[in-house]
Order: sequence, then structure tokens, then C-alpha cells
Amino acid sequence: MVNLSVNLAGVELKNPIIPASGTFGYGREYAELYDLNVLGSFSWKGTTGEARLGNPQPRIAEMTGGMLNAVGLQNPGIDAVIEKEVPNIAKIFQGPVIANVGGFSIDEYAENCRKLEDVEQVKILEVNISCPNVHAGGKNFGCDPKSAAEVTKAVKAATSKPVFMKLTPNVTDIAEIAKACEDAGADGVCLINTLLGMRIDLKSRKPIIANRTGGVSGPAVFPIALRMVWDVYEAVNIPIIGCGGVSSAEDAAEMMLAGAAAVEVGAANLKDPFACKTMVEKLPAVCERMGVEKIAELTGAAHR
Amino acid sequence: MKKSLFTLEHARQLTADTYELVLSGDTSAITAPGQFVNIELPGKFLRRPISICNWTEDALMLLVKVVGEGTKELVRCVPGTELDVLSGLGNGFDMSLAGEHPVLAGGGIGIAPLYGLAQRMLERGQTPTVALGFRTGKDAFYLEEFAALGCRLLIATEDGSLGVKGFVTDCIKAVPECDYVLACGPLPMLKAVHALPQLRGGQFSFEARMGCGFGACMGCTVPTKDGYKRVCKDGPILYKEEIVW
Ligand SMILES: Cc1cc2nc3c(=O)[nH]c(=O)nc-3n(C[C@H](O)[C@H](O)[C@H](O)COP(=O)(O)OP(=O)(O)OC[C@H]3O[C@@H](n4cnc5c(N)ncnc54)[C@H](O)[C@@H]3O)c2cc1C
Ligand SMILES: Cc1cc2nc3c(=O)[nH]c(=O)nc-3n(C[C@H](O)[C@H](O)[C@H](O)COP(=O)(O)O)c2cc1C
Ligand code: FES
Repeated sequence: MVNLSVNLAGVELKNPIIPASGTFGYGREYAELYDLNVLGSFSWKGTTGEARLGNPQPRIAEMTGGMLNAVGLQNPGIDAVIEKEVPNIAKIFQGPVIANVGGFSIDEYAENCRKLEDVEQVKILEVNISCPNVHAGGKNFGCDPKSAAEVTKAVKAATSKPVFMKLTPNVTDIAEIAKACEDAGADGVCLINTLLGMRIDLKSRKPIIANRTGGVSGPAVFPIALRMVWDVYEAVNIPIIGCGGVSSAEDAAEMMLAGAAAVEVGAANLKDPFACKTMVEKLPAVCERMGVEKIAELTGAAHR
Repeated sequence: MKKSLFTLEHARQLTADTYELVLSGDTSAITAPGQFVNIELPGKFLRRPISICNWTEDALMLLVKVVGEGTKELVRCVPGTELDVLSGLGNGFDMSLAGEHPVLAGGGIGIAPLYGLAQRMLERGQTPTVALGFRTGKDAFYLEEFAALGCRLLIATEDGSLGVKGFVTDCIKAVPECDYVLACGPLPMLKAVHALPQLRGGQFSFEARMGCGFGACMGCTVPTKDGYKRVCKDGPILYKEEIVW
């Protein structure tokens, strides 16, 4: 029997497989398909202070090996999530929940996290700093080590739960941002969010996505995400959730070798709603083939 | 919704770009006409949403118009090909609201879900009028199949080469007793049908580019008078009163 359990800043997960924010809603749709309790955790849809309607249509485009999305953080807002989604989550998933929070100002991030303080199931806060700072010309918090650190500090002061900063890959040196978050008190980091990209329709000669640009994700970004997890592992001593292009149990193991303590799976769920369940089922065989009894031993093993 | 393998039994070319596909497999997740399936294709990351034209306990019929690589790939499949399909997606038409004089309005490939709908309405003892619009007579398909069901059939083509010259709306205006519409077709057609003053109500099938097709990603949401709705889960059928153009 392979031991699949992993630890994220003191929170025990029964396995390292976590559906990524934005691809799993608040669990409802998948709970109709399988018992979510097979999962290590799940990260809910990026939730902001106010309800957001998101971007105009179309929001989705395809590419070889993946997809682009410009959903624009459509969500019902933190109060509605606590009132309507949290009680339902309690029915469909009894494990630790990761609450992904977005924000457009430092105060909004802190306030959202404060509101989650008493939500028992939420064991980890995942702070998406790929959001534009409305007080700084719309520059993403996650693109600048100083503002990434400021958000981290504000959130840490507002909560007693472990805080994982979710990093954008659209930077020159992601390890520098991760280090700034660690120095500001982050309990962990999660990477990567989507890469900025676009597609143009040959017939209309216009961008396919109404927002013009969208976030690239799916198998095509896996090597990029893996490399970034590697770089960040070299730079920090806090746990890393590896995310980006993971589509199989083998990919998950590879992500752990690069330095991830646990793995998030995004776009793969959209193609195959059973993707995470299948990965959990296949992980033991992958570990056996690799000769490991405890999956946690894989974390960072490629560096040693 | 169910995820399962379907086997292509046969494909038949109907027009220059439109095909009928018959697949065998488990259709138990399909609950209403107007629902759709989402089909995985080799080499394509996203699945392709296709309306359910008709179904039996173990067979699924689709009408597919080739518009790009994915649909080309789909109609090229040879009998025996296995396809990974998410079936029974979306809300489907509610036949119970259609009343005494419903009209089914279809434009181009949008006629697909109306076939299974017409058959089921007839089985329920309803008597739908079917109004179909095509660009030209050469683009028309499935007329014999609709006629064989035994419902009143009205045809419009833009160039007048078949049926009346004009649009589906012209057909509907010719049957003023029809006061409820169930429609599927291109957006300008849906909009024109929606504006017909003779209609007391109706159901309209919408399209959107989809990430998942089962309600999880918010890729397909559109504004309605009743808030934002997911075309894939709360739709694809939206009701006359809630639609925002
Ligand atoms: C609910 C629903 C029911 C549909 N029913 C049918 C049907 O019965 N028969 C049929 O022939 N077609 C139907 N369509 C349209 C069909 O999904 C598209 O024509 C098809 O996805 C195009 O794929 P492609 O690879 O050939 O084209 P490409 O243009 O190469 O596709 C690129 C991407 O855009 C998406 N896309 C392109 N056009 C559309 C579109 N009109 N709607 C949604 N996504 C699109 C594709 O899925 C793919 O992700 C339906 C669409 C929806 C949303
Ligand atoms: C449709 C969609 C919506 C997303 N929404 C969010 C979000 O709300 N918050 C967030 O932090 N990340 C969001 N992401 C990013 C994913 O969580 C993940 O970081 C990224 O897609 C890379 O992983 P993948 O290649 O496995 O998809 C979204 C991704 C997709 C595809
Ligand atoms: S396509 Fe994902 S929610 Fe509709």
C-alpha cells in the first residue's frame, strides 16, 4: 500500500490531487458525477468581494494542446458563497477545502479572507494575485514583488488560516515573486496561473475572445509550469502547490519531483470531468513503478 | 450527464457540407429533446457540442455541418469508430408549455434538435407546425424525414429556389394561429422570430463557445433578464421573456 498523503503547511491531504480554481466551480457539477471525497482537496472558483458578471462572450478559444479563457472572474461574491455554497460543500465534500480569493485592492483581499475565518471547512486560503490593482493603474499585484508582499502581509494579518499565494507566470522571474511572498509571511505558494495569450480568427480578422486576450492553460503549458515550480523550489522553503497542464498521474508525479508538495489540475477537468478521480486511482501504480512507498518523498526529489 | 463511448454506426452525406451520423451507445442520460452531447475528438483539446437530433434507447442521431477542423474530423469518422461522449447536457425543450398551436422554427443546421422534438410532440398528441429556413434549395435537408413524421411542413429559402422566398419568419406569419415557438438557428434568425408579435411565448436554443459543457467553468454564460445563465447547463434553451439580445 502506497501512502498518498501529503502535508500543506500543517494541513493533511489524503492525496496530492486538487482540482484547480475556476475549473471546478464550487463542486456542485462534479458531485453529480462522483464522490468528491476521493480528492485530496479542491480549490473553489476565484471569489471576490462583490458578485462579478465577468467578461463578454466569447470567453473561450481552443489551441493545440490546450485552451484560452477570459471568464473574468465571474462569481457570486464572497457573502453569497458563504451563505449558499458553503452549506452545500459541507454535504458533498468532507475534506479540507481551499478557498481561492480574488481582489482588486489590498483591503478587498484582506476583507475576503477575514470573512472566511469562521468557515470551518476552509483550511487553506489561496490568494489569486493575478488580478489588476485598481489603485495602481491596473497592474497585476502578482507582477511586482513589492505589491505581492503587501497583499501577503495584509492577508496574513486578517486570518489565522494558512495562506498560499497563487502566482502569475506572466513575469520575468517568478522565483523573485515567490521569495517576496515567503518573506512577507506566506505559508506556501501555488503556481502557475494561466499564461497570457490570444487567438485571431482568419475569417473575421478579429481576436476570437471578446476580451482580446485570454489565459492559456492545458497540457501545452506543462513544461513551463514544471520549470517554474523547479525555480521556485530552489528559491523558497515553503510548500508549493504545482499547477499547469497536469493531465495524468504521471504528470502529477513529475510535478512533485520538480518540487510540488501537492498538485492542482485545471483544464484537464473540462475535457474529462473524471480526470482528477482517475489520477487519484492511478497514482499508487505510478508510485509503485517509481519504487516509492510514501508519495511525499517525491517532492523535490529531482533536486537531490 | 453521462460520459461513455459511442460507436459510429453510419454516416450519410445530406448536402455539400451537412451529414447525418448515427451512433450506438448508452443514451440513458438524455431526458429531453433540445439537449446536446459534447464529443471528444482526437487531436482536439476541447470537446465539440452537437445537438441531439433524435435518440432511442441505444442509438443517437446527430446532424453535423462542417465548419472547421473538428466537425470535418467528426464527419470523416468511419463506421466502427469509438467516440468519447458526454451525453444528456443542458435543459432541453419543455414540451408541456407549447399549447395547442406550437410552431417549431429552424434555420440551417439549427433544424437538428427540432426533428426529435417534433417526433416526441406528436407522440404526446401535440400537433406542431414545422417551419424550416435554408439559404437555397441545395442547402435544404431532412425535408422527407420531417414530412414522414406527419406534421405540417413550411419551407423558406432566401433565393426562393424552394418553398417560399424569404425567411422562416415569413412562414410563421402565414400561420397566424401559431402562438408559441420552439426555435433553433443562427442568432439573427432567433432574434427575428423572437420579435414576431403573434407569439405569446417561446423557447430559443442558443450557442456559445464552451470550455466544459456541463456548468463548471463559466465559459459560456450570457446575460438574461433573470441574471447570468450558463448556455450549457441553464440552457441551451432560454425562454422568450428572459432573453436579452
Ligand atoms: C448547444 C450547441 C448545439 C450545437 N448543435 C450543433 C449541431 O447539431 N450540429 C452542428 O453541426 N453544429 C452544432 N453546434 C455548433 C458546433 O458546436 C460547432 O460548429 C463546432 O464546435 C465547430 O467546431 P470546429 O472544430 O469544426 O470549428 P472551429 O471553428 O475550428 O472550432 C474552434 C473552437 O470554437 C468552437 N466553436 C466554433 N463554432 C462554434 C459554434 N457555432 N458554437 C459553439 N462552439 C463553436 C469549437 O467547439 C472549438 O472549440 C452546436 C453548438 C452548441 C453550443
Ligand atoms: C476556465 C478557467 C477559469 C479559471 N479561473 C481561475 C480563478 O478564478 N482563479 C484562479 O486563481 N485561477 C483560475 N484559473 C487558473 C487555473 O486555476 C490554473 O491555475 C491554470 O488553468 C493552469 O492549470 P491547468 O493548465 O491545469 O489548467 C482558471 C482556469 C480556467 C481554465
Ligand atoms: S461551458 Fe463551462 S460552464 Fe458552460
